[in-house]
Amino acid sequence: MLHIVNKSPFERNGLKSCLRLAKPGSAILLIEDAAVAAVAGSAPAKDIAARMGDFSFYVLGPDIDARGLGDKELVDGIKVVDYGGFVDLTVEQDTCQSWL
Amino acid sequence: MDDFDEFDGDGPEVVKRFMYVNRRAPYGTVYALECLETILIAAAFEQDVSVVFMDDGVYQLKKDQDTAAIGMKNFSPTYRALEGYEVEKLYVEKESLEERGLTAEDLVVPVKVLNSAELQEIMAAQDVVLSS
Repeated sequence: MLHIVNKSPFERNGLKSCLRLAKPGSAILLIEDAAVAAVAGSAPAKDIAARMGDFSFYVLGPDIDARGLGDKELVDGIKVVDYGGFVDLTVEQDTCQSWL
Repeated sequence: MDDFDEFDGDGPEVVKRFMYVNRRAPYGTVYALECLETILIAAAFEQDVSVVFMDDGVYQLKKDQDTAAIGMKNFSPTYRALEGYEVEKLYVEKESLEERGLTAEDLVVPVKVLNSAELQEIMAAQDVVLSS
Protein backbone atom coordinates (compact mmCIF):
# COMPACT_ATOMS: atom_id res chain seq x y z
CA MET A 1 0.00 0.00 0.00
CA LEU A 2 1.08 3.56 -0.74
CA HIS A 3 0.40 5.97 2.12
CA ILE A 4 0.28 9.62 1.11
CA VAL A 5 0.73 12.25 3.82
CA ASN A 6 0.08 15.91 2.97
CA LYS A 7 -0.19 17.85 6.24
CA SER A 8 2.64 19.46 8.20
CA PRO A 9 3.69 17.19 11.08
CA PHE A 10 4.07 20.34 13.19
CA GLU A 11 0.38 21.12 12.84
CA ARG A 12 -1.37 17.80 12.39
CA ASN A 13 -0.91 14.17 13.43
CA GLY A 14 -1.30 12.56 9.98
CA LEU A 15 2.33 11.46 9.72
CA LYS A 16 2.38 10.15 13.27
CA SER A 17 -0.82 8.15 12.75
CA CYS A 18 0.36 6.87 9.39
CA LEU A 19 3.60 5.59 10.96
CA ARG A 20 1.51 3.82 13.61
CA LEU A 21 -1.05 2.24 11.25
CA ALA A 22 0.94 1.47 8.09
CA LYS A 23 1.94 -2.14 7.74
CA PRO A 24 5.71 -2.64 7.52
CA GLY A 25 6.71 -2.99 3.88
CA SER A 26 4.45 -0.12 2.81
CA ALA A 27 5.59 2.94 0.88
CA ILE A 28 5.08 6.39 2.41
CA LEU A 29 5.09 9.50 0.23
CA LEU A 30 5.31 13.01 1.71
CA ILE A 31 3.67 15.72 -0.38
CA GLU A 32 2.52 19.33 0.05
CA ASP A 33 3.12 20.60 3.63
CA ALA A 34 4.21 17.13 4.79
CA ALA A 35 7.34 17.50 2.64
CA VAL A 36 8.92 19.58 5.42
CA ALA A 37 9.21 16.38 7.49
CA ALA A 38 11.97 15.21 5.15
CA VAL A 39 14.48 17.87 6.25
CA ALA A 40 17.34 16.19 8.14
CA GLY A 41 17.61 17.26 11.75
CA SER A 42 13.94 18.21 12.06
CA ALA A 43 11.88 16.55 14.79
CA PRO A 44 9.67 14.54 12.39
CA ALA A 45 12.76 13.47 10.42
CA LYS A 46 13.87 11.59 13.53
CA ASP A 47 10.59 9.62 13.51
CA ILE A 48 11.14 8.84 9.83
CA ALA A 49 14.76 7.77 10.34
CA ALA A 50 13.66 5.44 13.15
CA ARG A 51 11.29 3.62 10.76
CA MET A 52 13.52 3.58 7.67
CA GLY A 53 13.87 -0.20 8.00
CA ASP A 54 10.10 -0.73 7.98
CA PHE A 55 9.01 1.50 5.10
CA SER A 56 10.19 2.98 1.80
CA PHE A 57 10.00 6.75 2.20
CA TYR A 58 9.55 9.20 -0.67
CA VAL A 59 9.12 12.96 -0.85
CA LEU A 60 7.79 15.00 -3.74
CA GLY A 61 10.67 17.17 -5.02
CA PRO A 62 8.51 20.03 -6.37
CA ASP A 63 7.06 20.51 -2.87
CA ILE A 64 10.54 20.60 -1.32
CA ASP A 65 11.64 23.19 -3.92
CA ALA A 66 8.48 25.27 -3.59
CA ARG A 67 9.20 25.69 0.12
CA GLY A 68 12.79 26.76 -0.44
CA LEU A 69 14.10 23.57 1.09
CA GLY A 70 15.96 22.39 -2.00
CA ASP A 71 19.29 23.38 -0.42
CA LYS A 72 18.68 21.43 2.78
CA GLU A 73 19.97 17.97 3.49
CA LEU A 74 17.17 15.41 3.60
CA VAL A 75 16.81 12.52 6.00
CA ASP A 76 19.09 9.65 5.00
CA GLY A 77 17.38 7.03 2.84
CA ILE A 78 14.40 9.08 1.65
CA LYS A 79 13.97 9.15 -2.12
CA VAL A 80 12.99 12.33 -3.94
CA VAL A 81 10.44 11.81 -6.72
CA ASP A 82 8.91 14.13 -9.30
CA TYR A 83 5.28 14.00 -10.47
CA GLY A 84 6.14 11.15 -12.84
CA GLY A 85 7.60 9.24 -9.91
CA PHE A 86 4.45 9.93 -7.91
CA VAL A 87 2.41 8.34 -10.71
CA ASP A 88 4.79 5.36 -10.83
CA LEU A 89 4.30 4.80 -7.09
CA THR A 90 0.52 4.76 -7.40
CA VAL A 91 0.80 2.23 -10.25
CA GLU A 92 3.33 -0.01 -8.47
CA GLN A 93 1.27 -0.23 -5.27
CA ASP A 94 -2.05 -2.05 -5.32
CA THR A 95 -3.85 0.54 -3.19
CA CYS A 96 -3.19 3.95 -1.77
CA GLN A 97 -4.46 5.86 1.20
CA SER A 98 -4.35 9.60 1.72
CA TRP A 99 -3.96 10.69 5.35
CA LEU A 100 -5.91 13.91 4.97
CA MET B 1 -17.22 1.74 -14.22
CA ASP B 2 -18.20 -0.88 -16.83
CA ASP B 3 -18.59 -3.27 -13.95
CA PHE B 4 -21.64 -1.39 -12.76
CA ASP B 5 -23.33 -1.20 -16.18
CA GLU B 6 -24.68 -4.70 -15.82
CA PHE B 7 -26.21 -4.03 -12.43
CA ASP B 8 -29.57 -5.77 -12.54
CA GLY B 9 -30.95 -5.28 -9.06
CA ASP B 10 -30.24 -8.82 -7.92
CA GLY B 11 -27.03 -7.79 -6.18
CA PRO B 12 -23.83 -6.04 -7.02
CA GLU B 13 -21.65 -7.29 -9.86
CA VAL B 14 -18.54 -6.27 -8.00
CA VAL B 15 -18.00 -6.22 -4.26
CA LYS B 16 -14.93 -4.38 -3.07
CA ARG B 17 -13.58 -3.95 0.43
CA PHE B 18 -14.04 -0.29 1.34
CA MET B 19 -12.54 1.08 4.53
CA TYR B 20 -13.46 4.51 5.85
CA VAL B 21 -10.97 5.98 8.31
CA ASN B 22 -12.42 8.69 10.54
CA ARG B 23 -9.79 10.85 12.21
CA ARG B 24 -11.65 14.06 13.04
CA ALA B 25 -13.98 15.11 15.83
CA PRO B 26 -17.59 15.97 14.88
CA TYR B 27 -19.02 19.54 14.60
CA GLY B 28 -15.74 21.50 14.33
CA THR B 29 -15.57 20.57 10.65
CA VAL B 30 -17.99 18.83 8.31
CA TYR B 31 -15.68 15.83 7.65
CA ALA B 32 -17.34 13.45 10.12
CA LEU B 33 -20.86 14.01 8.77
CA GLU B 34 -19.72 13.85 5.14
CA CYS B 35 -17.90 10.60 5.78
CA LEU B 36 -20.97 9.10 7.41
CA GLU B 37 -23.01 9.96 4.32
CA THR B 38 -20.39 8.37 2.09
CA ILE B 39 -20.51 5.20 4.18
CA LEU B 40 -24.26 4.98 3.64
CA ILE B 41 -23.77 5.33 -0.12
CA ALA B 42 -21.24 2.48 -0.19
CA ALA B 43 -23.61 0.40 1.91
CA ALA B 44 -26.46 1.09 -0.56
CA PHE B 45 -24.25 -0.42 -3.27
CA GLU B 46 -23.87 -3.51 -1.07
CA GLN B 47 -20.13 -3.18 -0.78
CA ASP B 48 -17.99 -4.76 1.94
CA VAL B 49 -17.71 -1.74 4.22
CA SER B 50 -15.61 -1.32 7.34
CA VAL B 51 -15.26 1.85 9.38
CA VAL B 52 -12.34 2.86 11.57
CA PHE B 53 -12.47 5.53 14.25
CA MET B 54 -9.05 6.72 15.36
CA ASP B 55 -7.36 9.91 16.59
CA ASP B 56 -10.07 12.54 17.23
CA GLY B 57 -12.46 10.40 15.17
CA VAL B 58 -13.28 8.42 18.31
CA TYR B 59 -15.21 11.47 19.58
CA GLN B 60 -17.75 10.89 16.80
CA LEU B 61 -19.05 7.89 18.74
CA LYS B 62 -19.19 9.44 22.21
CA LYS B 63 -22.51 8.85 23.98
CA ASP B 64 -24.77 11.66 25.22
CA GLN B 65 -23.94 14.27 22.58
CA ASP B 66 -26.20 17.29 23.01
CA THR B 67 -25.87 19.83 20.21
CA ALA B 68 -28.98 21.90 21.01
CA ALA B 69 -27.02 24.94 22.11
CA ILE B 70 -24.64 25.02 19.14
CA GLY B 71 -27.46 24.90 16.60
CA MET B 72 -26.18 21.85 14.75
CA LYS B 73 -27.81 18.50 14.15
CA ASN B 74 -26.64 15.72 16.44
CA PHE B 75 -25.90 12.99 13.93
CA SER B 76 -24.48 10.48 16.40
CA PRO B 77 -27.73 8.39 16.46
CA THR B 78 -27.09 7.62 12.77
CA TYR B 79 -24.14 5.41 13.74
CA ARG B 80 -26.66 3.16 15.44
CA ALA B 81 -28.51 2.83 12.12
CA LEU B 82 -25.45 1.49 10.30
CA GLU B 83 -26.25 -2.02 11.44
CA GLY B 84 -29.52 -1.81 9.46
CA TYR B 85 -27.45 -1.17 6.32
CA GLU B 86 -25.31 -4.19 7.13
CA VAL B 87 -22.36 -2.00 8.07
CA GLU B 88 -21.26 -4.03 11.05
CA LYS B 89 -17.48 -3.80 10.97
CA LEU B 90 -16.85 -0.86 13.24
CA TYR B 91 -13.30 -0.65 14.57
CA VAL B 92 -11.91 1.74 17.15
CA GLU B 93 -8.19 2.10 17.71
CA LYS B 94 -7.36 1.24 21.31
CA GLU B 95 -4.50 3.74 21.57
CA SER B 96 -6.68 6.66 20.41
CA LEU B 97 -9.44 5.74 22.86
CA GLU B 98 -7.11 5.42 25.85
CA GLU B 99 -5.25 8.62 25.00
CA ARG B 100 -8.58 10.47 25.33
CA GLY B 101 -9.63 8.84 28.61
CA LEU B 102 -12.48 6.93 26.95
CA THR B 103 -13.53 3.28 26.92
CA ALA B 104 -15.84 1.20 24.69
CA GLU B 105 -18.60 1.81 27.26
CA ASP B 106 -18.53 5.52 26.36
CA LEU B 107 -19.59 4.84 22.78
CA VAL B 108 -23.04 4.87 21.13
CA VAL B 109 -22.55 1.58 19.29
CA PRO B 110 -20.87 -1.74 19.97
CA VAL B 111 -17.45 -1.65 18.31
CA LYS B 112 -14.42 -3.85 18.06
CA VAL B 113 -11.52 -2.19 19.88
CA LEU B 114 -8.26 -3.13 18.19
CA ASN B 115 -4.67 -2.07 18.74
CA SER B 116 -2.71 -0.47 15.93
CA ALA B 117 -0.94 -3.72 14.99
CA GLU B 118 -4.29 -5.48 14.51
CA LEU B 119 -5.66 -2.56 12.51
CA GLN B 120 -2.57 -2.56 10.27
CA GLU B 121 -3.50 -6.01 8.99
CA ILE B 122 -7.14 -5.14 8.29
CA MET B 123 -6.20 -1.86 6.60
CA ALA B 124 -3.63 -3.55 4.38
CA ALA B 125 -6.25 -6.05 3.17
CA GLN B 126 -8.63 -3.41 1.73
CA ASP B 127 -9.29 -2.61 -1.92
CA VAL B 128 -10.09 1.05 -1.19
CA VAL B 129 -9.20 3.14 1.86
CA LEU B 130 -10.76 6.57 2.28
CA SER B 131 -9.51 8.78 5.07
CA SER B 132 -11.01 11.95 6.50
